[in-house]
Amino acid sequence: MSRQKTERLLSLVVCLLSARRYLTAGQIRDAVPGYPAAFDAFKRMFERDKDELRELGIPLETGTNPGTDDEVGYRISRQAYELPEIRLEPDEAAVLGLAARVWRQAELAGAAAGGLLKLQAAGIDAEETTQPGIEPRLRTGGPAFGPLWQAVRDRRPVTFAYQTPGRATPQCRNLEPWGVVNRHGRWYVAGFDRDRGSERVFRLSRIDGPVSFTGPPGSVTVPPGTDARNLVQATDGAPPQVRTAVLRIRRGSGYGLRRKASSDQPGHDGWDLVEAPFSDVGWYADYIASFGADVVVLEPVDLREAVIGRLKGALT
Amino acid sequence: MTAAAGRTGKATASRAGRTARSGTATDRLQRLLALVPYVVSRDVVGLADTAATFGVTESELVDDLNLLWCVELRSPDPYCPIDLSYEGGEIMVSQAESMDRPLRLGTDEASALLIGLRMLAELPGPQDRSALRRTIAKLEAAAGEAAAASAQVAVHMDGRAPADLQAQVAEALRQRRRLHMSYYVPGRDEATERDVDPMRLLLLEGRTYLEAWCRSAEAVRLFRLDRVLGLTVLGVAAEVPGDAEHVDVDSGLFRPSATDVRVELELGQAGRWVAEYYPCEQVTELGDGRLKVVLRTPDTRWVRRLALRLGEDGRVTGPADLVREIESEATAALAQYA
Repeated sequence: MSRQKTERLLSLVVCLLSARRYLTAGQIRDAVPGYPAAFDAFKRMFERDKDELRELGIPLETGTNPGTDDEVGYRISRQAYELPEIRLEPDEAAVLGLAARVWRQAELAGAAAGGLLKLQAAGIDAEETTQPGIEPRLRTGGPAFGPLWQAVRDRRPVTFAYQTPGRATPQCRNLEPWGVVNRHGRWYVAGFDRDRGSERVFRLSRIDGPVSFTGPPGSVTVPPGTDARNLVQATDGAPPQVRTAVLRIRRGSGYGLRRKASSDQPGHDGWDLVEAPFSDVGWYADYIASFGADVVVLEPVDLREAVIGRLKGALT
Repeated sequence: MTAAAGRTGKATASRAGRTARSGTATDRLQRLLALVPYVVSRDVVGLADTAATFGVTESELVDDLNLLWCVELRSPDPYCPIDLSYEGGEIMVSQAESMDRPLRLGTDEASALLIGLRMLAELPGPQDRSALRRTIAKLEAAAGEAAAASAQVAVHMDGRAPADLQAQVAEALRQRRRLHMSYYVPGRDEATERDVDPMRLLLLEGRTYLEAWCRSAEAVRLFRLDRVLGLTVLGVAAEVPGDAEHVDVDSGLFRPSATDVRVELELGQAGRWVAEYYPCEQVTELGDGRLKVVLRTPDTRWVRRLALRLGEDGRVTGPADLVREIESEATAALAQYA
């Protein structure tokens, strides 16, 4: 069944690619084996076939031949169908192969492999190289990447439930997505939040449940000059003020803290005096508390109090 | 052999050799449309190599070739647009009609490749930047309109590893030399010393890792470059055992095993990030934004440290000995502030 369908679709593509004029539905039925004789049944099957070819990106054109009757016909223009000439040097082919492997198991892995295969079909040899270099991998993780990529690609608005940190339940958001950005290994979508009436950035891993389209393709306009990367980067905020912590650290421990230290003086009692820069009291207090009884904060007072609070919290 | 007899013979062979095959009719159509130009552009290709490139078995490939060869158009005059042979393990296409070029790149295909290339171009270290620039330009030109959407996705690369360290490791890889490494293990808050034989550098989720054969552990390990405290390239050749396998990074870095300890945590509102950050076996909403998570780990020392840093935002509820350990550690730590 599937083989017959493949044969029929293949014959249809070859038939329309070879045609110099638009072919009418009747001419196509006569030329391509595998269609039913009854015209209605043929028509239904032909309509489905056309849709499937278009989904593969095959540019099926409709039109009428000049100087003839008005019946609409079909053809595939070779110029629109064919991948333009592309030649790659060996070093270029090598980086192309590396780029295709970036996605591996992630969302666009199939697309990357399909694209690479077409380029190989154009004569490019993209062998796996054993060149020592760095192999990057992108992971798309959760289910939100696929529909959001389609939304930015096709310029469609979306809606989804979003779990804001510090809120008990996810909230419904309506977004005109402008771009998808990976930063420090995490995925974000930036765009115009219709409910809040301004630009917003969302983390994909905090999207709860499905992402649905709320408008047709082309219904989102990305303002000229928009750089989604900058929007995501801006969420990092201004660089905070840096202060110095004075810590007592038990000899042979606290390596994570010592690595960032501005000074590290050995003491006599098996404890060292360490000074280290920090900016966010909350985060740094959490980190220090994780070293338990191996680290004691001497200064500043607010950091000291925050660590004591953390440790008491762990006891309740 | 006459052409007619040959055709019948091959068609029969293809029916007999039909194999169960994954993928839909359109998946196969895409493959067939690429297969013809693949052979045409190379004049002659081996069956085995071609099957490998297309990710099919040799018998599936033969079935594909037969299908192509059987294509027939009936009108206005019957003719067979494709003629090919695969004698002696070599494929040749002698007539391909209008199918001798591959289909254009689709938007997703062009985007996946361009995003990957631009990502590589941003990496620090000894990448071939000139080759990347040239490839991106050529691919953009060939993809045409399909290239535009790729601008909507950006990957920000700043694999927070010191560039000089990365260059040193890359050089050791190139020269296949052993490394001595001082490496910080945060879960145990320990600086460890070890010799490793480097295998490859990986960039995963924004971090740079060295995959290497660790001579102390006698196993393949991943090391985060931002946790390397010191590094020396030794005057000794690296000896990675022949049976050392790459870490399967594509299915996730953390793969819990059945012998791991089962840890239960209850998280408050402000501790929910734990469920996002660590791979959990089970995540249950407890209401009011609170979560119960279950995770498995071979070493509970990092969980003890996690519990201390969480304070009142999270609490380990099992196993019982870990709960007691955390309590006594917090008590000892507080005593120092008394």
